[in-house]
Amino acid sequence: MGAYLLRRLLIAIPSLIGISLILFTVLALAPGDPFGELATNPNVPPEVREALRAKFGLDDPILVRYLHWLTAMLQGDWGFSFASRVDVDDLILQRLPTTLFVVGSSQVLALVIAVPVGILAAIRPYSLFDQVANTLAFVGFSLPTFFTGLLFILLFSLTLDWLPFVYQADIAATGWRWAWEHVRQAIMPVCVLGFFQAASYTRYVRASVLDVARLDYVTTARAKGLSDGTVTIRHIARNALIPVVTLVALQIPAVFGGAIVTEQIFRIPGIGSLLINAMLANDTPVVMAVTFVFACLVVLFNLVADLLYGWLDPRISYR
Amino acid sequence: MAGSTLASPTAEAAPAPSAVSGRDTWRRFRRHRLAVVSVGVLGLLVLAVVVGGWVWPVAIDEIDFAATLQGPSWAHPLGTDDLGQDLLARMIYGGRISLAVGFAAMIVATVVGVVVGALAGMSRRFLDPFLMWLTDLFLSLPQLPLLLLIIYLFRDQLKQVFGVEGGVFVMIVAVIGGLRWMPVARLVRAQFLSLREKEFVEAARSQGATTWHLVTRHILPNAIGPVIVAATIEVSSAIIAESTLSFLGLGFPPDIPTWGRLLYDAKDHLDVAPHWALFPGAAIFLTVLSINFIGDGLRDALDPRRVL
Repeated sequence: MGAYLLRRLLIAIPSLIGISLILFTVLALAPGDPFGELATNPNVPPEVREALRAKFGLDDPILVRYLHWLTAMLQGDWGFSFASRVDVDDLILQRLPTTLFVVGSSQVLALVIAVPVGILAAIRPYSLFDQVANTLAFVGFSLPTFFTGLLFILLFSLTLDWLPFVYQADIAATGWRWAWEHVRQAIMPVCVLGFFQAASYTRYVRASVLDVARLDYVTTARAKGLSDGTVTIRHIARNALIPVVTLVALQIPAVFGGAIVTEQIFRIPGIGSLLINAMLANDTPVVMAVTFVFACLVVLFNLVADLLYGWLDPRISYR
Repeated sequence: MAGSTLASPTAEAAPAPSAVSGRDTWRRFRRHRLAVVSVGVLGLLVLAVVVGGWVWPVAIDEIDFAATLQGPSWAHPLGTDDLGQDLLARMIYGGRISLAVGFAAMIVATVVGVVVGALAGMSRRFLDPFLMWLTDLFLSLPQLPLLLLIIYLFRDQLKQVFGVEGGVFVMIVAVIGGLRWMPVARLVRAQFLSLREKEFVEAARSQGATTWHLVTRHILPNAIGPVIVAATIEVSSAIIAESTLSFLGLGFPPDIPTWGRLLYDAKDHLDVAPHWALFPGAAIFLTVLSINFIGDGLRDALDPRRVL
């Protein structure tokens, strides 16, 4: 396991470097000078501007600039937000837990829906249940998260008045009441994201279970006289869910994309809404740092999925 | 390449057997009832946005403060927005842009995907591992943040070159297409890897066909089925991507009311004018759903292993 972990870590590093290269290239190619404001400001003499450019290394060769940027990013030195006058890393650390909470709960919800529904649909293919589940799955991933979010607000907040539609990070209450308010305000965003993911996961689970169910060892298990339930749960599902881990990992970038949208709709103070607000406020350091954090999160969760895969499937563990 | 002259005129190899003939495909496609219905729905939507402008010649920016935030009525079949602008006219106009972005981005993604996949699939040395590494890298990029970042950084420059409307259009199509070619590339590569070892390819090669000829006349036509399916799905994800950008306020500017932009404008008036959000949202949903069903129907129809 240790060797496998090391191998995976070593594979993750080049992809992180690749992603950072892409990010940096985008930034370097972008028109506009981070010191453009200084250039147009008549109070700043040209020699001061040149000194500043030299100090920040803007005239260095591009590879040197990339290495500077990368080391700064890795050391957590992400700069200073133009808009809110705070260090960028403080700003992100403050907001990251909320995003992880919402994304994490929605993934749990998605799997709790998708795994049983997908298995049930696959063990009776083309039954009524399968067809209904399949159609609903299609509807589910054809409904963009921003529209479901608005529909939920319209139905549950404005018409029925059951749930609040603005997410508050600090609720003025304690104990059970605090927890209850937290759950109430998280229901809609978590459901919006969770249902959307559940729709695609259901189809993965169904396809994977269909593949496994026709293997010989399943027939053997049935021939031994095991009950349908035992065969399905202990023999089919356990093997069928292994490839699903990879497919779920492939969805991670999309999940974070969905998180940005939901955070924006429900005004959740997470890093997704931070990104959008920073863009609308032209706050480049925050924009770059949040994008970098998203990239790191994707690589991190891909790594976790790989490790999970190795742990679940002993056949590939020690290759 | 050696001997691109054919040994005899008849040696022009018979066209590679297409996996399923056109009529057969249609027969299989018809079995997927929802897909057939979806073709009708999508056809109506496309027809509506294309000819709708002539049938309903109302200006999209005609401001009428006497009729703000009105629900559907005979004068305004889909109601009006906060400036009293007619929503039907705006939806027809925006629909054209949304659909055009979807199709154009699909073409970009498919062309890039086919080229990358074909190069990787035909290479027997270093190109394949490198291209697949690149594909995996792009697959693990956080797409929406990156999309937003590129638009954020390059918006102003492109506007100067192509004008407001054209600049945003070109950029959104290029960026969405450029970030979504990976599934097609993987599919094409997988098809190429198995097809290039098949006997009919070997036969063509033994007759002295160039690699270009092999790829374009023999391998690609046989790999096209899954690519068509993937390209169909690509249209719907491009439409969602564009709507998402516009919904976040970072896509098309306010004077170009794409469906996503309409939702963005509508979201602060949900309590008084729910129709404003519901109609464009439903239009996006219907378009995406019907395209997805068509893709599913095509998957059934084009899969030669499926006996129906």
